[in-house]
Amino acid sequence: MSGLGIIFFMNHTYLHLETHADQTVIHAVGEWTLYNEPVIEKALAKIQPGQKIIWDFSDIESFDSAGVLLFMRYYEKFKTQCDVKITGYSEEQERMYRLLLKHRIKEAIPERSEGFFYRMGKSVYAGYQVFLQFLDFTGHILVSFLRYFVQPRNFRYKEITYHIERSGASAMLIIALTSFLVGMVISYQSAVELAKFGADIFIVDLAGISITRELAPLITAIVVAGRSGSAYTAQIGAMKITEEISAMRTMGFDPFYFLILPRTIALMIALPLLIFFADIVGIMGSMFAASLELNISYGQFIDRLQEVLSVKHFWIGIIKGPFFAMLIAMIGCFRGLLVTDDTESIGYQTTASVVNSIFFVIACDALFSVILTEWGI
Amino acid sequence: MPGMQKVIEAKDIVTSFGETVIHDRLSLFVNKGEIYGILGESGAGKTLLLKEMIMLLKPTAGEMWVLGHKLSEIGYQDAQMLRRQWGVLFQFGALFTSLTVAENIALQLKEYTHIDPRMCDEIVKTKISMVGLPARAGALYPSELSGGMIKRAALARALAMDPKLLFLDEPTSGLDPIGARNFDALILELRELLGVTVVMITHDLDSIYSIVDRFSVLADKHVVAEGTLENVLQSDHPFVEKFFKNEYAKKRLEKRVEADVQ
Repeated sequence: MSGLGIIFFMNHTYLHLETHADQTVIHAVGEWTLYNEPVIEKALAKIQPGQKIIWDFSDIESFDSAGVLLFMRYYEKFKTQCDVKITGYSEEQERMYRLLLKHRIKEAIPERSEGFFYRMGKSVYAGYQVFLQFLDFTGHILVSFLRYFVQPRNFRYKEITYHIERSGASAMLIIALTSFLVGMVISYQSAVELAKFGADIFIVDLAGISITRELAPLITAIVVAGRSGSAYTAQIGAMKITEEISAMRTMGFDPFYFLILPRTIALMIALPLLIFFADIVGIMGSMFAASLELNISYGQFIDRLQEVLSVKHFWIGIIKGPFFAMLIAMIGCFRGLLVTDDTESIGYQTTASVVNSIFFVIACDALFSVILTEWGI
Repeated sequence: MPGMQKVIEAKDIVTSFGETVIHDRLSLFVNKGEIYGILGESGAGKTLLLKEMIMLLKPTAGEMWVLGHKLSEIGYQDAQMLRRQWGVLFQFGALFTSLTVAENIALQLKEYTHIDPRMCDEIVKTKISMVGLPARAGALYPSELSGGMIKRAALARALAMDPKLLFLDEPTSGLDPIGARNFDALILELRELLGVTVVMITHDLDSIYSIVDRFSVLADKHVVAEGTLENVLQSDHPFVEKFFKNEYAKKRLEKRVEADVQ
């Protein structure tokens, strides 16, 4: 062997290495492709270039751009250390090499890392921008609302009735279910305590007032916020992504007239009706629990209800409806308009819409409580 | 050409949705290394046929063969391997909007191979440059790109794994004429250099005249004309007549012939 001048011979799946006294011969073999690149890279890294390298490609089976790029990297590295001679490549491989060489850019792809303070400042500023946009939106909706009444022929009855059906009538089942359960739970929980004092019949006062004045409006609003508020955001957001909103604008259809006001008005009509419905079902629920737990008959319950539940509690509950509805519809539509043309934003805005509207509904309810207590109602 | 390897073969494909029949026993094949065009009226089911080739849709009846796999009987593992061997350019790019262009391209590389980040970065940069985008475009999100840039970025993503097969759904639609010709040249170059087989849906006369080797014309639920441009031009189907035998198409063809002579 020494007669041939070979000092060392190494076999590797992708690399046959002959180390002679004055030169190293690298035979590239097999598939120099993306999947094998890490293995080839490791083998190449081990090569200690001598005086001269001969790199032979005649036995290579396939060569893809990862392979060629790897070759380029080591070719350049070896070239700084010794003479490198490339042999045995096909015309096709050479063309591929030239193509990749042409498109090999030294310029780095800029990083998009943002520091903590940068992100914080950005989100605060974004919050401020959203606030300003909401003011603009509120102003816009108010002006459109007034114009509706100046020109009643613009009133979009068809859309409004459609949305009353979609957000109101179709929500009845789920609202019936939740308010019945809440009414029942209220009765059950208080029945035990009331029975201790022998104040069984006061269950009617408690359930009647708390359901009509507070619980029914709140439960209804929360269900509607989750059901319709999110739907408004998703619908309008999707329309924004598909540029339907832009198309409407160019045709002279103001989205406030065509999309936002019909939804807002529809919800303002539907929500008080739903609250009324929730009142009835909620009281039925508590009636049911009262008869089970305290043996108060339905007749007794209703008689007592007539006596103690003054109508103002009922009206306070109903009056909250349009206010809650306006908040839910406005936030839902506003968040829909904030959707930008990437898919993540629609999910983000829908979540934000539900969270915001539930928060504002509860805040608004608290405001009602404070004001009404101050007025002594 | 005889003895050529068929990369895709569709045999008696039937596609129907309820009463509506889109393809009625449609057959075609694509040879290795070819740039194959699919042409047809809107509603002829070109995109559906493409979707059936890339396993997004199952034909109602008939058999589809891709890279030697019978798609109706392919197992999960084989299907996954097959999916790594092709690249798909969707009509509107379908880039992942939550990732930057560079991340979009690197996605499969990172998921399927063990290459180091430096090599991954190098491959990504090369692909970005190959499709004619500047390096800084790699850091942009799809929503920050123009329509033409989205097409290019999506092509770079389709090329990430050095696919054997490239499916292009109207690659030049929405590009300016110069951009469209560059895109054609790019596809041709990729075929020359990487030996990739290209299946493209196209309406672009210039693409058909200049880069497509063979193509089929879809109409009336069938392939009504098939083969090289010369073969197709011999057909007297109304759609072929309408599409190729108007003044505009004829002029374009003459120009191409002149350009070839020069």
